[in-house]
Amino acid sequence: MKKLLNDYGMILVLFVIAGILSVLTWSEQQPAGKSGAQRLVGEIQESFPDGGSVYVVTGSHAEDQEYSDELQAGLEADGFKIAKVVNGDTRDARAGLKELAQGKIKIDLVAGTPVTAKWLVFEGMRADFPDLGNPIVMGPSSYKWPTFLKTDNLLNVSNQIAVIAVLAIGMTMVIITAGIDLSVGSLIALSSVIAAWFIANMAGGVEATATGMVMACVAAILICGLVGLFSGGMVVIFQVPPFIVTLAMMLVGSGLAYIIAEGTSIYQVPDSFVWLGRDTILGIPVAVILMLFLYVSAHLMMSKSAMGRCIYAVGGNVEAARLSGIRVNRVLLCVYTVCGLLAGLGGVILASQLKSGSPTYGNMYELYTIAAVVVGGTSLMGGEGKMFGTLIGAFIIGVIQNGMNLQGIEPYTQKVVLGFVILGAVILDKLKKNSWRLATS
Amino acid sequence: MRGVSKTFPGVKALQNVGLTLGRGEVLALLGENGAGKSTLMKVLGGAHRPDQGGIVIAGKPVEIHSPHDSQDAGIAIIYQEFNLVPGLTAADNIFLGQEKTTAGFIRRGEERRKAAELFKRLEIDINPDELCRNLTVAQQQIVEIAKALSQDARILVMDEPSAVLTTREVERLYAVIRELKGQGISIVYISHRLDEIFEVCDRVSVLRDGQNVGEKPVADVTRKSLIEMMVGRELKDEFPARDSQIGKPRLEVEGLNRGKAVQDVSFAVREGEILGLTGLVGAGRTETVRLIFGADKRESGNVFLDGKPLRIKSSSDAIKARIGLLTEDRKLQGLVLPHSVRDNFALPNLDWLTRLGFVKRKEERDSFGGYVDSLKIKIPHQEQAAKNLSGGNQQKVVLAKWLARNCEVLIFDEPTRGIDVGAKYEIYCLMNELAAKGKSIIMISSELPEILGMSDRILVMHEGRVTGEIDDVKNATQEQIMDLAVK
Repeated sequence: MKKLLNDYGMILVLFVIAGILSVLTWSEQQPAGKSGAQRLVGEIQESFPDGGSVYVVTGSHAEDQEYSDELQAGLEADGFKIAKVVNGDTRDARAGLKELAQGKIKIDLVAGTPVTAKWLVFEGMRADFPDLGNPIVMGPSSYKWPTFLKTDNLLNVSNQIAVIAVLAIGMTMVIITAGIDLSVGSLIALSSVIAAWFIANMAGGVEATATGMVMACVAAILICGLVGLFSGGMVVIFQVPPFIVTLAMMLVGSGLAYIIAEGTSIYQVPDSFVWLGRDTILGIPVAVILMLFLYVSAHLMMSKSAMGRCIYAVGGNVEAARLSGIRVNRVLLCVYTVCGLLAGLGGVILASQLKSGSPTYGNMYELYTIAAVVVGGTSLMGGEGKMFGTLIGAFIIGVIQNGMNLQGIEPYTQKVVLGFVILGAVILDKLKKNSWRLATS
Repeated sequence: MRGVSKTFPGVKALQNVGLTLGRGEVLALLGENGAGKSTLMKVLGGAHRPDQGGIVIAGKPVEIHSPHDSQDAGIAIIYQEFNLVPGLTAADNIFLGQEKTTAGFIRRGEERRKAAELFKRLEIDINPDELCRNLTVAQQQIVEIAKALSQDARILVMDEPSAVLTTREVERLYAVIRELKGQGISIVYISHRLDEIFEVCDRVSVLRDGQNVGEKPVADVTRKSLIEMMVGRELKDEFPARDSQIGKPRLEVEGLNRGKAVQDVSFAVREGEILGLTGLVGAGRTETVRLIFGADKRESGNVFLDGKPLRIKSSSDAIKARIGLLTEDRKLQGLVLPHSVRDNFALPNLDWLTRLGFVKRKEERDSFGGYVDSLKIKIPHQEQAAKNLSGGNQQKVVLAKWLARNCEVLIFDEPTRGIDVGAKYEIYCLMNELAAKGKSIIMISSELPEILGMSDRILVMHEGRVTGEIDDVKNATQEQIMDLAVK
């Protein structure tokens, strides 16, 4: 546990921020969806332990439909009799009541959503339709819960940071070798544009097949990998500082993206293109699953593989690494290529989330990515850093942005706050490391 | 300076050292590498604070806590590497940090005039408007001296001022020194070149192992007596005895060249032999072994192992040929300091410690554990960061790295530098054991007793060339080596 905190001290910061946001967004929550229905089933059973006959009224949206289905299933399982189900507006609800009354069917209960349960039509129901017996209206009672901690919101946050988190994997490796890659933001734009361009022009536009889309995306990712390889080559062969090389590639990548897209966005992609960016598997966004998979792989590589060792050694002391027979150039080439590939993947995810490719995507992402890496405890001097630290760093940044959105803070103010938070997090990390050093030396 | 002591963790760099410097006197400060000269200089310059003792100037004690204090006390130090900004003019450099200004603007005319005056005082003709990068090394040195004078320095410390100069430039430097002397400025002159001492110095003070061993007027010493004072430590039972079976030549080096650092170096080291390679710092010893190891590119020359030519383009080629290099500077080149000792150990051994690209953790731990026991490495656990180890233990970790590779040729560059006496002896024993197993060892050392005590054969280098080979080590003397090394 102590080791965990030492390695990932930033996780505490993440929890503190999450805690603060939870308090700030603590508010009345209206139950909805499956969980809301289950909640109501429970409440109904408490009021009617002996069962009874129920009239289910919900709105007509897809979410209401889901709620309605879940409610019926739950009530029937508990021995209630479903007298009638209506998915519609107040008029439909009134028609339903009328029908039940005409059929002389007695009901004990009208079960609705937080919205339908408050409809006026049910207030005069006993007077208007005496034949129904003496039914009462029930909706799920509201409860207090932080908006921030709602499942939907948490999944939303994860999906939003997926792109930056994926970029940050490559960036962490580069920074551990004591380098930097400023080109990732531009590579996002380039990758999104190339993927969308291939789909629009080669794979049949909106009619494109899954195979066509996959090939377009792979092509985009590979091209970004080549750009990364080129950057690495410049660093290795000509000893150009990585800052300069990748600054140049940042301009090149951005320019190429504008040229390919002819200055506009490319929208001619099929609806199914959003699978990667917006769809879910078992309720978890696909992009998040991909991100977690990449983090686990990257963590294994960095901590357990020979390549990982070499990356750390090159960053820790390049001369000692060279004299220990490590092929430093090969390691650097590899790292910059991986960084390029992951930036390409990030671009594809973003394109899928936004269902288009545009040269404006990824603007400033290199800085957010570097911030995530640094907040995650990786030293810009190289040789130190952990993959999961970076993931935590990305989460800290994503969570703060999300929290400010929930609080309705405007985007300009958000930037100011974010800037100071990044600074604060890094200073905190420094202080922690210093005190630890003092304690051991 | 009176009774100055300075202790670094594990090393007593200076013990009760005193220096007296008269007005207008040139004092030569002599000593082997590591005798404490530079530490003493750093105390004067304010880079180190002494644990004990103090400095008295003109009867008044002065406290020197920072380079600034040192300047205020009228002390100027001219290091081997000059502190000049190449892109600024000579005049700018002289007044750097003490610019003559009016309302924030530099009075260039005045600076230029003053610079010209200073150069005139030194009787040297340098254009104050010339950029420093266009000046010769000798001229840059004069700029440094002028800078010191502009700060009203009364005490000038010069660290090997002649090392970078040609013979004619050295003559001019002597003239400048005599000039300064005439103006009442006191000079501490540090040099390895004994001839110079007799040329310009009044008195000579010798340091050895951080202690004064003698302070005499130059007129009373000879070259021979100076060398004796520098190296004259008694040889006790410092080195373990060994009788080795020396076999056929193992590693042969032929006509190695790289610029001025290494010129036409050829030698061979045999099975079971310890070859001592010595000379003064900068003689090209480290550069030579770096060429063999593929750490630097050689311009020409061949390396043979067991008679077969080796194609060594990088260190990893050398390692494949089972050559290991224990670098002179463990901290900068030998170890990745912030990483654990085990990670460091595994670094050159990753090829056989991995399966499918993943490190075999257990094998790594067990293998390193074996060396921790056999080399008696003192570490609390294998995750210990390398930077927290003592010099001796660090050296053992580096040695373990190469032993695990089963190297046939091991190059030890200053293997006992910064290591205390006990650990030294252990390292010597390990080297003997390795030689007894038939490994070939090249040992670079500046410590003459070590060279004499450990080597089967000695090569001496000077200015990039091998200047002598001593086969009969038993009857060799330090004086004999020193003579080859200082030429």
